[in-house]
Amino acid sequence: MEVTTIKAQATFSGGVHPAYNKELTAHKPAVTAALPTRIIIPLSQHIGAPDKPLVVIGQEVKKGEKVGEGTGFVSAPVHASTSGKVTAIGNFPHPLGMDVASVVIESDGKDEWVSGLKETPDYAMLSPDELKKMVSEAGIVGMGGATFPTHVKLSPPKEKPIDAVVLNGAECEPYLTADHRIMLERPTEIVEGLKILMQILGVKKGYIGIEANKPDAIEAMQKAVAGSPGIAVLPVKVKYPQGAEKMLIKAVVNRTVPAGGLPMDIGVVVQNVGTAEAVYNAVRFGRPLIERYVTVTGRGVKEPKNFIARIGTPYSQLVEEAGGFTDSAAKVISGGPMMGISQYSLDVPVIKGTSGILVLPLAEVSVKPYGPCIRCARCIDACPMKLQPSVIGLFIEKERYEDAKDYNLLDCFECGSCTFVCPANRPMVQWVKKAKKELAKKKSQ
Amino acid sequence: MEGAVKEQQQAQPQLIVSVGPHMRSSESTATIMWTVSGALMPAALMGVYYFGFRAVAIILVSIVTAILSEALTQMALRKPVTVSDGSAFLTGLLIALNVPSSVPLYIPAVGSFVAIVITKQLFGGLGFNIFNPALIGRAFILISFPKQMTTYYKPVMNVTGMDAVTTATPLGLLKEDGLAALLEVFHTKAELYQHLFVGNRAGSLGETSIAALLLGAFFLLFIKRYITWHIPISFIATVGLLTWLFGGTEGLLSGDAIFHMLSGGLILGAFFMATDYVTGPSVRSAQVIFGICAGALTALIRLKGGYPEGVMFAILLMNCFAPLLDRRVRSRVFGKIAVKELK
Repeated sequence: MEVTTIKAQATFSGGVHPAYNKELTAHKPAVTAALPTRIIIPLSQHIGAPDKPLVVIGQEVKKGEKVGEGTGFVSAPVHASTSGKVTAIGNFPHPLGMDVASVVIESDGKDEWVSGLKETPDYAMLSPDELKKMVSEAGIVGMGGATFPTHVKLSPPKEKPIDAVVLNGAECEPYLTADHRIMLERPTEIVEGLKILMQILGVKKGYIGIEANKPDAIEAMQKAVAGSPGIAVLPVKVKYPQGAEKMLIKAVVNRTVPAGGLPMDIGVVVQNVGTAEAVYNAVRFGRPLIERYVTVTGRGVKEPKNFIARIGTPYSQLVEEAGGFTDSAAKVISGGPMMGISQYSLDVPVIKGTSGILVLPLAEVSVKPYGPCIRCARCIDACPMKLQPSVIGLFIEKERYEDAKDYNLLDCFECGSCTFVCPANRPMVQWVKKAKKELAKKKSQ
Repeated sequence: MEGAVKEQQQAQPQLIVSVGPHMRSSESTATIMWTVSGALMPAALMGVYYFGFRAVAIILVSIVTAILSEALTQMALRKPVTVSDGSAFLTGLLIALNVPSSVPLYIPAVGSFVAIVITKQLFGGLGFNIFNPALIGRAFILISFPKQMTTYYKPVMNVTGMDAVTTATPLGLLKEDGLAALLEVFHTKAELYQHLFVGNRAGSLGETSIAALLLGAFFLLFIKRYITWHIPISFIATVGLLTWLFGGTEGLLSGDAIFHMLSGGLILGAFFMATDYVTGPSVRSAQVIFGICAGALTALIRLKGGYPEGVMFAILLMNCFAPLLDRRVRSRVFGKIAVKELK
């Protein structure tokens, strides 16, 4: 399918142009995934301390019932995504790569909602604190993949006034079309969610940044915002990592987040479009975050598809529903190919940050060894943070972590652009992850 | 709890696990080296056109020696043999393009050997050499065989090259005998520029045809984007500016910038040797400094030094400073300035 692209100049400096491969699923409406027989709800689906389980083995739970709750402010509760019986509480594989304490629910097939979900049609009358409480209770976290608890982002300190909310519909990761589909299928909910976010933060300006390769989504969102004062849809240039928070802010409101700082330092809060939709559902219908859009794609599955899947659905089920593996399937990635995490097992469940499951065939898996750095500077041109990945990589290769830090290692957010362009195939992202760990270890000693 | 995990494991296909990104561009070190070699082909072909069969022999000997030197050294050092990455081929080709067509064949062979074995492999191989291998190779043979390396044939434009006549290069004429002698040979300035542009003049094999070199440079700059303007343009512009300012016989501003930019090895050096990734700085602003300094050194050597041409020594001297430039001139990190303003 030919993808038409509308003209958009707004962008950042640097970045790369990987093959997007979105035509595999972009035109396919999301289908609701089958009710799993067994659901695994990890107690850690957010950045922050893991939740404590609120249920015991053998307990009956209803859909939407809270099964885990955090202790600190930077935490988010987790909820049962269908009704059934708790059959296990223990460590289970998690898409972030380690085993994590989880609640396992055997579905009873009835899929009954918990009673007492409160509908609030007149939510515009609520105070920011009341709204924020609803967002926090619904367990909403950043659904673009970072899984940072949303209510925390909505609670900036007083000395950091916020004047704009930016919704992230860039979806610059190749292959993924979950955000694309939600913008086409639930644009009104997204805009209402944005209005709630603006209401909570008391801001008048809202933006929705969308990469220009999604003209249908841009049109749908433009229709949905018509008549909403202060909200604008902005097409941004097609370039990876346009959807990274700092790069999107640069493109949309032309402000630069200070190095080591946060968007709130320059008065901006960024939320994913899916998060906005979840916020609307939480506030309007009292529904916690128990399902999300997930793209199951790549030439390693027979029928790539977009799903609306319950949190806790095993990857194996979604891969099955997408026709199963092709004979050459070799790599399963949670998320997109640039920043996603490769999986060793399909037993892991969909979590709140799972935007896609990408299955690559062997032919598309790079297993080339890396060679010496020839200092071609492609990585320096590609780096959206304007770092010198070549030098950082050379230092880390020699275990000179302090020197790497001196070259602003800690400003790297591991987008992978440097590694993507490197002709010598050098694993810069892997080294950067290692160096950050080593530096943290040293600091804690 | 452990049991719960174990019980979960099912038979699944073997999955490859690695740290991302899980997509890579198709560019490789080898494609870069072979493409740059390809971009030099027009210049090499013009060298063959002007200097005949001898040019073919020199090119072959240089390349074969370079590849053999690389393979044998790597075998001796018990390292993987990497001649297929094209970097030894490129070094050999550059050696050939940088010698006069009159040289006995053992001279470019010595040049390739020194370039690959001493300058590159003994310093650690590709990516670790401080100096441009081809230029060290050329400097070595220029100093070792000064007579042969400065004996130039007039372009013969026939394949056998039998009736070759020696002559001085335009820069050599200017240095030894002055502008009048130069114009005696080429008649008018316009004719001089024209000869320089197409390459119909004495000189090293691959340096004479500016048109052919610019064709390759255009390909690398705008089509493949393997090199950027920073080093070559600042290099050539500085040579032009300084030779215009100080290169004339009638005081300031009387020099012939066009002549200086078109002659010698400047275009070949600026686009194909000063842009060597490994031996130049990689931050763009440092590259501009590198280019300006190399240009200034070239002008200094041409106008005041003992050699008529200075591109080779200029680049080699600047190679020494590349690591220092890379250390002192850093890229400006996104948001770094804003932090200072906040504080």
